[in-house]
Amino acid sequence: MPLLEAAGIKKIFGKLTALDGAALTVGENEFHGLIGPNGSGKSTLMKCIAGAEVPTQGKVSFVNTDITAFTPTERARAGMSLKFQITSVLPTLTLYDNILLALQAQSSLFDLLFSRTRGALHDQVMTMLTQFRLADRAFDAAAALSHGQQQWLEIAMALAGKPKLLLLDEPTGGMSLEERRVTGELLQPIKKHCSLVIVEHDLDFIRDICDRLTVLDQGKVLASGTVSEIQANKSVQEIYLRRA
Amino acid sequence: MPKSMSVVREAIAGDEADDAMAERAAAVQVAAGRNVLPIVEGVVLVAALLAPLVLQDYLTVFATRVIILALFALSFDLVWGYAGIMSFGQALFFGSAGYGVALLARDLDITNIFLVLPAGTIIGLTFALLLGGFLLLGRHPSSVIFVSLGTLTGSYAADRLARGWYYLGGQNGIPSIAPMTLGGYEFSEGPAFYYLVLGILVVVYLLCRFLVRSQFGLALAGLRENEQRIAFFGYKAQHLKAIIFTIGGAIAGLAGSLYAFHEGFVWPNMVGVVVSTQVVLYVLFGGSGTLIGAVIGAVIVEGVSFWLSDNYRDIWPIILGVLLLLVILFRPLGLISFVLGERERVGSFGAKPNENKKPGKEKRNAAP
Repeated sequence: MPLLEAAGIKKIFGKLTALDGAALTVGENEFHGLIGPNGSGKSTLMKCIAGAEVPTQGKVSFVNTDITAFTPTERARAGMSLKFQITSVLPTLTLYDNILLALQAQSSLFDLLFSRTRGALHDQVMTMLTQFRLADRAFDAAAALSHGQQQWLEIAMALAGKPKLLLLDEPTGGMSLEERRVTGELLQPIKKHCSLVIVEHDLDFIRDICDRLTVLDQGKVLASGTVSEIQANKSVQEIYLRRA
Repeated sequence: MPKSMSVVREAIAGDEADDAMAERAAAVQVAAGRNVLPIVEGVVLVAALLAPLVLQDYLTVFATRVIILALFALSFDLVWGYAGIMSFGQALFFGSAGYGVALLARDLDITNIFLVLPAGTIIGLTFALLLGGFLLLGRHPSSVIFVSLGTLTGSYAADRLARGWYYLGGQNGIPSIAPMTLGGYEFSEGPAFYYLVLGILVVVYLLCRFLVRSQFGLALAGLRENEQRIAFFGYKAQHLKAIIFTIGGAIAGLAGSLYAFHEGFVWPNMVGVVVSTQVVLYVLFGGSGTLIGAVIGAVIVEGVSFWLSDNYRDIWPIILGVLLLLVILFRPLGLISFVLGERERVGSFGAKPNENKKPGKEKRNAAP
């Protein structure tokens, strides 16, 4: 039984059909890349999975539960986490507090009120910051970080709740080559406990870290398979050539 | 200049100092990493404690009213400044509690302070729970417009209802409310009443401070900055909002019941849009997102209008309006931002590691 199974997802915005029966299946500890030309519906499919959009039609199952009607909060509590395409770290808070905020998302009100969690979480916060090479900036406001560092902070926050599935929407957007390479390195260790769905334009990046790929075109799945299968696929080559 | 103004002056500590100087002060503070906030709070508290000793009697009565309004301002500040809920109907909780205790006094002869103040608080809390539950607890997050119009409508409707309802005294409201009592003692206007409300303000202030500095305060900071983001972490954002809205309603109710007994009457405006707007102005003027800003805002706005209306009988509302606009235009974070840096305003919620180990060193805390 796969970890995530989205089937027959249709999403219509007014007259625009963004998704027309798209599907995505992700197994445990699998890094799955979602690629396709601009406007093919990658981000919309991510949003339907994460709960930011409600699909017009279709079904999303996660850990054997139908979550199609779940709110984002319920999905997060079920073990799903999303990094937005636009970085949305909380700029006025310190890096430390950003992580702390993410870590405590499922704490009870009582624990929050009497700050019973804070001391115990200190090591976890610093571990996450160290893992994402941000420990020396821990007490700076998040707004002071470079774009790439904000993306890392955001990935760290998305991972804080120990999700079973992490959805990353264009994690390397606006990053330098070096930052992209480091991002790939930072993501590798999470494979032990977490699956990944990643939307990305940078095909080299995708190829390096993903096990399987799904290619979307005009709201439909064009192909799905291992990286080498997809690379050999004629119609995939065609749409990417067409684009180039 | 009336003496009340000197209190006001002390309270803001450099209100009229020129911008550049204040900016420099803020910069110095940030550079030194010093905490300005406790100093400001201390100055305001000392000024408030001394006020009745230096003020003429009629000004002590005025100051009492201002302290009650500052309590009311705190309630709105929690809701707007900390949770980002635009409540344009905060007077609904203030006024309904006022009416509630007025009825208790008129119809049931209940004026005991230990009964009427909890009753007012519960009335405010209940109304906020009902309205907040309706406006905030949908399955999906409600829009800012929906909430602000919903609260505005609630307040407006309550105003109309009070005006038309004979039992509530119609347009005239309920006059000559018996004084609040404690055993045989009657609280009438004057220093005793002043210190009572000041004591209540201090207690409520400290409770709010505890709330916003706790990890719950961190969740509120997240809520204010990006509600959608924290929902995706798994926070029950709507619940957080409803909780803080209800707490705000309870504090407004407490303030409203004090106000009713202090003024000796309640009237429809007290639940209406005018008072709802007034409290928004206090908080914007003083500085939303800092508790002391709300208190200072209430003191300054009321102090300035008192002084202006004495000296410029006809055009004072226009002068006040222009002043408010200027502050909101050039100091969107309110007067408090002259002395308080952004970093301290938002605060930190996790202690630094080295500070954890050295208890002697001052901890970095969230700004209340």
